[in-house]
Amino acid sequence: MAKRARYENRIELLQGTLDLLVLQTLQWGPQHGYGIAQAIQAGTSDVLQVDTGSLYPALHRLEKQRWIAATWKLSTNKQRTRVYRLTAAGRRQLASERSRWQMLVDAMGSILAKPREGDA
Amino acid sequence: MRDKDAELRAEIKAHLDMAIADRIARGESPEAAAAAARRELGNLSQIQEATRDAWGRRWLEQVAQDARYALRTFRRNPGFAIVAILSLALGIGANTALFEVVNAVRLRALPIAEPESLVDIHLIDRNGARGSFETWLPSVTQPIWREIQARRDGFAGLFAWGRQRFSLSEGGEARTADGLWVSGEFFATLGLTPAAGRLLSTDDDRPGCAARAVLGHGLWRRAYGADPSAVGRTISLDSKPVEIVGVAPAGFHGLEVGRMFDVILPLCAEPAFSSDGKGRVDAGTTWWLSVFGRLQPGWTIDRASAHLAAVSPAVFRASLPATYPAVSVERYLSFKLAAHPGGAGLSQLREAYGSPLWLLLAIAGVVLVIACANLANLLLARASAREREIAVRLSLGASRGRVVRQMLTESLLLVAIGTSLAVVLAGTMGQALVAALETADNTITLPLVMDGRVLAFAVGLAITTCLLFGLAPALRGTRMAATAVMRASTRGSTATRDTLSLRRALVVVQIALSVALLFGSLLFARTLRNAASVDPGFSADGLFTATLNFTSVGIPPESRASYRDRAIDHIRAVPGVQSAALTAIVPISGDSAGNDVWPEGDPGRRFNMLNNSVGQGYFSTMGIPLLSGRDFDQRDVPASVPVAIVDDLFAAKLGGAGAVVGRRFTREATPGGPEKTFEIVGVVRNSSYVSLKDDPYPVVYYAASQGRASRFARIMVRSSLPSSAATTAVTAGLANLDRRIEVTYTIMPTMIRDTLVQDRLLAALSGGFGGLAALLTMVGLYGLVAYSVTRRTCEIGIRMALGATPRDIARLLLGETGVLLAIGAVGGVGLALAGGRAASALLFRVTPYDPLTLAAAVGLLAAIALLASYGPARRATRIQPTAALRTD
Repeated sequence: MAKRARYENRIELLQGTLDLLVLQTLQWGPQHGYGIAQAIQAGTSDVLQVDTGSLYPALHRLEKQRWIAATWKLSTNKQRTRVYRLTAAGRRQLASERSRWQMLVDAMGSILAKPREGDA
Repeated sequence: MRDKDAELRAEIKAHLDMAIADRIARGESPEAAAAAARRELGNLSQIQEATRDAWGRRWLEQVAQDARYALRTFRRNPGFAIVAILSLALGIGANTALFEVVNAVRLRALPIAEPESLVDIHLIDRNGARGSFETWLPSVTQPIWREIQARRDGFAGLFAWGRQRFSLSEGGEARTADGLWVSGEFFATLGLTPAAGRLLSTDDDRPGCAARAVLGHGLWRRAYGADPSAVGRTISLDSKPVEIVGVAPAGFHGLEVGRMFDVILPLCAEPAFSSDGKGRVDAGTTWWLSVFGRLQPGWTIDRASAHLAAVSPAVFRASLPATYPAVSVERYLSFKLAAHPGGAGLSQLREAYGSPLWLLLAIAGVVLVIACANLANLLLARASAREREIAVRLSLGASRGRVVRQMLTESLLLVAIGTSLAVVLAGTMGQALVAALETADNTITLPLVMDGRVLAFAVGLAITTCLLFGLAPALRGTRMAATAVMRASTRGSTATRDTLSLRRALVVVQIALSVALLFGSLLFARTLRNAASVDPGFSADGLFTATLNFTSVGIPPESRASYRDRAIDHIRAVPGVQSAALTAIVPISGDSAGNDVWPEGDPGRRFNMLNNSVGQGYFSTMGIPLLSGRDFDQRDVPASVPVAIVDDLFAAKLGGAGAVVGRRFTREATPGGPEKTFEIVGVVRNSSYVSLKDDPYPVVYYAASQGRASRFARIMVRSSLPSSAATTAVTAGLANLDRRIEVTYTIMPTMIRDTLVQDRLLAALSGGFGGLAALLTMVGLYGLVAYSVTRRTCEIGIRMALGATPRDIARLLLGETGVLLAIGAVGGVGLALAGGRAASALLFRVTPYDPLTLAAAVGLLAAIALLASYGPARRATRIQPTAALRTD
């Protein structure tokens, strides 16, 4: 219960959107899992909290789809980390996901932004 | 997989470390940073689990995991695993062994090229044919074969073959070789290639040909050490040198399944080996050849049959023997030929053991079902014991499907281990079964092969078994509300009660099936006892036959009778021999001869009889009492009035037992001679003729001294010595007359025992299976009652505290058994009656619905049931109420 309280001002990720966020984050360059989580959190000013229990399955799923590729590298503080980068297929996937997301946002927006009669 | 797991752990570890490092950099203390980061990370194993799901190898991994888990469970509870594996190995093994034999006898194709286009050609219905029938297999005469050969449309190949046993030795106790006479296209049609030398072709089969031999692979190995130089040497067959031209391929045992051959000779050489030099070539009344053909491409069996039916009138008109009895000619001309699938060969075994084998297979299948019920019961009991474990797993988030799969994996693993053992066992059991079918004069060569069909059978059986005993417990065991179980006490939740009723149903099924099996085994036991206790009408103990062959001695035909009598005198002189007498046919051996007869001058009172031709002293040797008149003696010579001794049945048919001596009867014309009238000089008591199980039939004995003598003589000998000592002494005694005389022995008690081989096999196997079924049911019932006592300890304690006596408690528990028994017995009686009807053809002098036997089967099972319940019930009566009430 305490856990729920901690997150109350954050938004739970919609199904499938994590994949898009990961691909988008990797567009700026290779990154390890922790870095991706930090980047998403920072990029949304802590509104979106990435659950580790979702992140790693997502990373491995994307890797299996060959949209991202992974290699072991040494981090700045000499730690072995698994670093992911976007593949060409991943780049194409990102483009198509992004346009679908845009369509969704537009569609949602056109309904939600319409003032109801009598409200004005 | 392990590597990938380690990598995943390392990856998440790195994540955690970086999170901690970040928090420390932000000013938190190392301890607080580690705790917070760990909290943020969440459940580590759940992350790993979810990520592994993403790999998509989940299923395989789970199977391996389940298997490991199952093995661990078996190790913790080896008793259960051993019982389960052993009963499965035996159950599946017995079924597979029987199926292996069924497959070898009935289903498997011969090891020849394209067996599916091979057809067997024989008469649709040979009833009413006259002559001598030399084989149990469908056969034709040599003239019929030649006429078929002349009308061979639709056949790419066509051949005939017949059997003959050759003597390999030159005098003394005979060593024999099983031979086949084959026509020219035999090997070419079958598409065989020689193991050495060459095979016979149409060039070897020309009238008046020289005999040439192709050795069977077995004889080549046994007698020549598989030496290729055997080709070109000679082999002595019936004291004639025959050139060996080649060796048949390994694995080819001829066209008769279960019997092998040692040598194959061309059909054209057969006359040279016969006693009259003419052989069976022109004999239109000797039925001994089997005809096979290879269909031309585009021809079907139906088309070939239609063709054969169309040419049949011509075939039989052209082959009608001149001497054929006039009354039977019309029947002969109406015979029809047809083609039948021949790819699996012919088999006497198939005729004799086909239905018993299927029946035994069915019985073994039922035993396996009973064993499955037991295993299901055990698994249900285990599932109840594991209720809490399963409940915990379900409430921790395992899906029901996952738990069911895991429990099924256990069953599957048991079945897999059991089946592997079963496949090994099946080979040995199958060999033992075939050995049990062998008799003194019929060795069975039946290669048992674990072919695709047998393997498919075993695997199919294993999967069915697994589902049968594994599925219900797995579904039952997981069908419960986890919370209910967690809360429930040992007094039993709804799930337990549900399970109990399923277990009761299983035991009822076991009881019903066991009653049916016990009934069947009792029926077969009674059949065997009835058959074994048939009084053959003669005394078999100390009796044996010596078949003499004095071909090599070279006695001219006119002196054969006196030479034969001298040989008999030599046998009578052997110490220990009490008496000896000539006979044409050995009783119970299956050989027979018979004709229609009528009182002289009264053909309207025709009746059928069986006949034999015997010498002086035959009846006293056999122990058949002479009721009136006299035995044959030196007055009965070829020139005197033909005489006969008849049995009391024959006398009754002729009219009045005492009055028939001196009366005359006429025998119908035969292919061998015209009508003939005999004077009755004596009456003996009826005795078994063809087989022990036949109904009594009138028998006539002719005087051998009035008939023709051949180069063979069959002599019935009674001796006080053990049979092996007696035969050795007789062989030595005959050597005093001439070393070249060959002799073969048949021990009567052994032969009689051998005629009961099928009854004995059925009685032994059905008895074994019935006992096993009863034992399994006993174990199942014991388990159920014991479980019931444990579950009701508290209830029993209360009852006793309230004043119930141990007697009341015992009655309570035994009553429960009684109800199960009653329901099971009713079902069992129904099954038993249905099964008995199916097996009625195999029974002898016992009806398939025999009420006494049925009552015995039910009674036996009731006794077993009480025995099974007694222990647990007794334990229940010793329960201390105070202790029982304290258990919860």
